[in-house]
Amino acid sequence: MSALSTFLLRRRGGTGWHWTDVLSYIWLALGLFLMFGPVLWLVVSSFKTPANLAEFPPTFMPLDAQVAQVQGYEQPLPLFRVTLDDGSEKILAQVRRVGIMAQMVDPENPGTVIRVPIDKRTPVRAVNLATENYAEPLQQFDFLRYFQNSIFVTVMATLITLVVNSMAAFALSKYEFKGRAAVLGIILATLMVPLSVIVVPLYLVVNSLNLFDTLWGVILPTVATPTGVFLLRQYMLTIPDELIDAARMDKASEWQIYWRIVLPLAAPALAVLAIFSVMWRWNDFLWPLIVLSRKEHYTLQVGLNAFSGELNVQWHFVLAMTVLSIVPVALIFLFLQRYITAGIANTGLK
Amino acid sequence: MSHLVLRQVTKEYGAVRVLHCIDLEVGNGEFVVFVGPSGCGKSTLLRTIAGLERASSGEIRLDDRLVNDVSAADRGLAMVFQSYALYPHMSVRQNLAFGLENSRMPRDEIDRRVTEAAKMLLIEPLLNRKPRQLSGGQRQRVAIGRAIVRRPGIFLLDEPLSNLDAELRVVMRAELAALHKRLSATMIYVTHDQTEAMTLADRIVVLRDGRIEQVGTPLDLYNNPANRFVAGFIGSPRMNFIEAETIPIAGGVGVQVNGKQQRLPHLDLAPGSKIVLGIRPHSATVTEIDQGTIPLELTLVEQLGAETILHGKTDRGEIFTVSAPGQGRFSMGERIGIALPPEDLHVFNAEGQALPRG
Repeated sequence: MSALSTFLLRRRGGTGWHWTDVLSYIWLALGLFLMFGPVLWLVVSSFKTPANLAEFPPTFMPLDAQVAQVQGYEQPLPLFRVTLDDGSEKILAQVRRVGIMAQMVDPENPGTVIRVPIDKRTPVRAVNLATENYAEPLQQFDFLRYFQNSIFVTVMATLITLVVNSMAAFALSKYEFKGRAAVLGIILATLMVPLSVIVVPLYLVVNSLNLFDTLWGVILPTVATPTGVFLLRQYMLTIPDELIDAARMDKASEWQIYWRIVLPLAAPALAVLAIFSVMWRWNDFLWPLIVLSRKEHYTLQVGLNAFSGELNVQWHFVLAMTVLSIVPVALIFLFLQRYITAGIANTGLK
Repeated sequence: MSHLVLRQVTKEYGAVRVLHCIDLEVGNGEFVVFVGPSGCGKSTLLRTIAGLERASSGEIRLDDRLVNDVSAADRGLAMVFQSYALYPHMSVRQNLAFGLENSRMPRDEIDRRVTEAAKMLLIEPLLNRKPRQLSGGQRQRVAIGRAIVRRPGIFLLDEPLSNLDAELRVVMRAELAALHKRLSATMIYVTHDQTEAMTLADRIVVLRDGRIEQVGTPLDLYNNPANRFVAGFIGSPRMNFIEAETIPIAGGVGVQVNGKQQRLPHLDLAPGSKIVLGIRPHSATVTEIDQGTIPLELTLVEQLGAETILHGKTDRGEIFTVSAPGQGRFSMGERIGIALPPEDLHVFNAEGQALPRG
């Protein structure tokens, strides 16, 4: 406990609060709020009932109206805390509401109906996690199928991305050839072309390759990324040329130099690119939406879209499934964040 | 062991020529040192021999086989790099075995060779460590071991000791010399340190601006430098140079230095030629101010115990260094005389070429 409090209250000099300590803590608290506020809101909201979600002003905790089974009424009736004319408070069940008056009964004495103005009553509510937000889509929708598709797309695309991009980066960093700078320039220039510009030609290519409505049609167009090539190239430039000369003297073929020397040494940059690629592919929405048409091929992000109909968005399901869909990426971040920070620092990229 | 012949080898990077018509022969089992100031092309020459750079023209022959178009891997040479270039992600054992694995050698033969080399270099206890866990000297041994296991025709060493501290450098130098004897291997060694060159080499190749200035045994270069550059580069402290003009004197030819006549070793020189006299600090002798040929005003006195190195300026402003044996009492600003024994004088013409002694 004391170890925890020393950890949480660490200061610069060890004793006393310097004003920079205070500033740091304020800054960090602000950052924590900005970063984790939305995530926390999402997670909490995913446990709210549709009615609770639609409320304004919103409640922070998931609250649910308490109901009671009252004799003589088939449906369970919602409970209200009512201030009666004589000033006493009582918990009553509401039968129906007419205009500004509500007809209520005492659950213990269901015979007499009491008429109460609606501004004299407040609903009785308690924290209740609406786990059916999770259970229902998992049973009714093909969530696991989408999940599998997403994992397949993410894993395959990331593996191919790493291999293809590292090969390009190896050539661009370790071989001298005419037009090397130009090739790198062209690759980087494609960064400036947004997906929406090339989406139609890309669609035509994918279609004529018979990849339409297949997962490979989602994977293949995304594997060559200029960001990845650039990131890996910058890192590989830091691998000393003498190592490659040494490997050449050691009778290593060019493939062996790439596979056994350069790739292991570029591992930190590869880890960074792998993390980026996983996030990109996992969160991809537009391109899978275009390529995939049959439901059984949907990825998670496209599948989530199915909860938003034309007239009606089932927010409670969207929120719950969104939470599930960010779990894998969050886990990756949790375990690999050491590599992310170290790798980003090493590659000089942001 | 291999025999290496270079014929008219040149190397150009675009319009810049870094090696000019190099002719050189390295015999079996020879220890040849390339020495020269930085940027003289010695590393480029070594890399060209290794096959890491292509010669722009000329012939490179290994055991009478033309190898210009043979890749570095297939020349059968091994190289030790200045930075050692150990693979950081592999253990010492893997570093040693990497080259052998690539030539598809059977596993037990690889193990045998690695163990043998490790024993020879006293790195056996380190075999399972990673390079970053080794000290500079240990890395150096591993780098040499990586070359030894390959049993190369020629060892190419590119400034292998320059990253070590002075003390370790002396130790490793002795070990390299012993290793050369033990393996009776052909070695080509690049350095900018003339002491290393003098102590290790069977023959020294002095390079400047991509040209070979002189090739010879260390003492040959010390005693008979072919030109002013070699004379200045080999030997420490470096040779002193004095510009002079020849005059006829009784019984031969001499020069006038600071108003005093100095006899020269018999040379076939016309009076009135501009020449440069060279004398090593250890050959010049310190005399009383009025007896020496050159008066010297001391600017720095280095007491080394066994000898005293005196740095000074002549009246013409030339810098002159002289070594006095023992621990003389000299002080800065003191004026001393320097005598130049004629038999130890080197004479160079105005172009810097050494003139033959008569």
